[in-house]
Amino acid sequence: MREKLKHGAESAYLFLLVLFLYAPVVVLMVYSFNASKSRGRWGGFSLKWYAELFSDSALMSALYYTLAVAVLSAVIACVIGTAAAIGIQAFKSKGVKGAIMAVTNIPVVSSELVTGVSLMILFAAVNIPLGFPTLLLAHITFNIPYVVLSVQPKLTQLNRDLYEAALDLGAHPFLAFRKVVFPEIMPGIINGLLLSFTLSLDDFIISFFTTGNGVSNLSIYVYSMARRGINPKINALSTIMFGAVMLLLILINRRSGKDKDKNILMQG
Amino acid sequence: MYKKSLSYVHLIWMALFVLAPILMVLVYSLTTKDANGNSVLTFAHYAKFVNPAYIGILWKSVWIAALASAVCLLLGFPAAMILCNRDRRRAQLGKKGSVLLLFVMPMWMNMLLRTYSWLTILEKNGLLNNLLEALHLPPVQLLYTTGAVVLGMVYNFIPFMILPIYSVLVKIDRSVIEAAEDLGANSFCVYTRIIIPLSLPGVISGITMVFLPAITTFIISQLLGGGQYMLFGNLIEQQFLKADNWNFGSALSIVMMILIFLAMRIMNLFNKNGQQVAMF
Repeated sequence: MREKLKHGAESAYLFLLVLFLYAPVVVLMVYSFNASKSRGRWGGFSLKWYAELFSDSALMSALYYTLAVAVLSAVIACVIGTAAAIGIQAFKSKGVKGAIMAVTNIPVVSSELVTGVSLMILFAAVNIPLGFPTLLLAHITFNIPYVVLSVQPKLTQLNRDLYEAALDLGAHPFLAFRKVVFPEIMPGIINGLLLSFTLSLDDFIISFFTTGNGVSNLSIYVYSMARRGINPKINALSTIMFGAVMLLLILINRRSGKDKDKNILMQG
Repeated sequence: MYKKSLSYVHLIWMALFVLAPILMVLVYSLTTKDANGNSVLTFAHYAKFVNPAYIGILWKSVWIAALASAVCLLLGFPAAMILCNRDRRRAQLGKKGSVLLLFVMPMWMNMLLRTYSWLTILEKNGLLNNLLEALHLPPVQLLYTTGAVVLGMVYNFIPFMILPIYSVLVKIDRSVIEAAEDLGANSFCVYTRIIIPLSLPGVISGITMVFLPAITTFIISQLLGGGQYMLFGNLIEQQFLKADNWNFGSALSIVMMILIFLAMRIMNLFNKNGQQVAMF
């Protein structure tokens, strides 16, 4: 009896916490179906915001830039970061390695605000006008460390003798890499790619300081609308994106069900 | 394969886009333009910061971030504990999967929008006050208060507290707890002498991961605290984008970097074993 009561209380606690976390999400989704434009008044069920969504050019441009920057920065950061993680292994001196990792960690530990303003100062100093290129550069910069940190543990777990053995057996270094090393570090690379993509997709602070010239991502678009009141169209778009991410999540979950590497799903 | 040259692009990138910008912030914070337009060394921007008004804002930010971290810990630790026990029981029954994912999923929706959504709930004619009215209770002013700002921080950052604590708790060897119980420890004793000390690395990294974004945020305070609400992050943002005083803004950024560095140092002092909880 006591045990049952305890379990009930525990479930109730978790339920309340989940309610707290999902309340704004649900509110946001519900209002995407609101016929009335004003927040807080229910004007009946309607799908018109979903229909109007695709003809709003400012919103579509923000969506385009968000996705373009997320995909490009994730892929570029992945290439640079993976190569870096492998290269860093070659440094024998602990001090040099430590120094490189310390610098790599700076964007992770120092706040996004500092990263944002320092990049803004840099771009101003070398006279690069703020826009899509600066936004992309900034996103690559904060994504690289996450890729390095995701790939590195896989490399340290890797048995180096296997690679040597492949070379001894006559494999070309590239073939040995592709057949021996690459499959082993693949989960780390994918982890880094997904993490970079989601971080970039959701970023506001760094983008806020490093873009200009009419180029804005969804977060900045939301921010600039917040004063006038959020248009339900953005609710509709977020609902679609949330649904898409959930779907993707379920698919990945299915695929990696047998894989113990469920880490991929644990990052936001 | 293990060639140093593979890391060169990364090293150059970090030098150009991480080290150089920080160096420039430092230079900006220490210089000013004289009458001829030349840059001269000055400590005036730091001296300007030593002013009760600015120190007060810094103090308030530290206090609010600490409060948000404490609330996250108080709410998050039991949640991580319950989740861990549940998953353990489920694993014994041969079931897989965890509700932990449920606590991460909201983060997949734009943070700004989710925070903005709280306005709909908390505002004067919002959902909460409508609910109170329906229950014949007096309305409450929630929005644009410190409480709302703390709520926004807890809401946004609590997953960062639950995740590291959970990942430490699941690794605790069950037999250690059973041994303690066999030796006559009651459940209170098991908690205070075993579970809490062993979960300390997770707690420390949880606190760090909540405290740091909380102390630097300017968007949560702006949306939920109102346009006049001033935290250290808002102060920096204003110097760069409204007051256009980049030198003072840079000095404030340096102060913030030092603050972050100190905060991480202090956290590490509590983490005697030097264990790091990886989030990856």
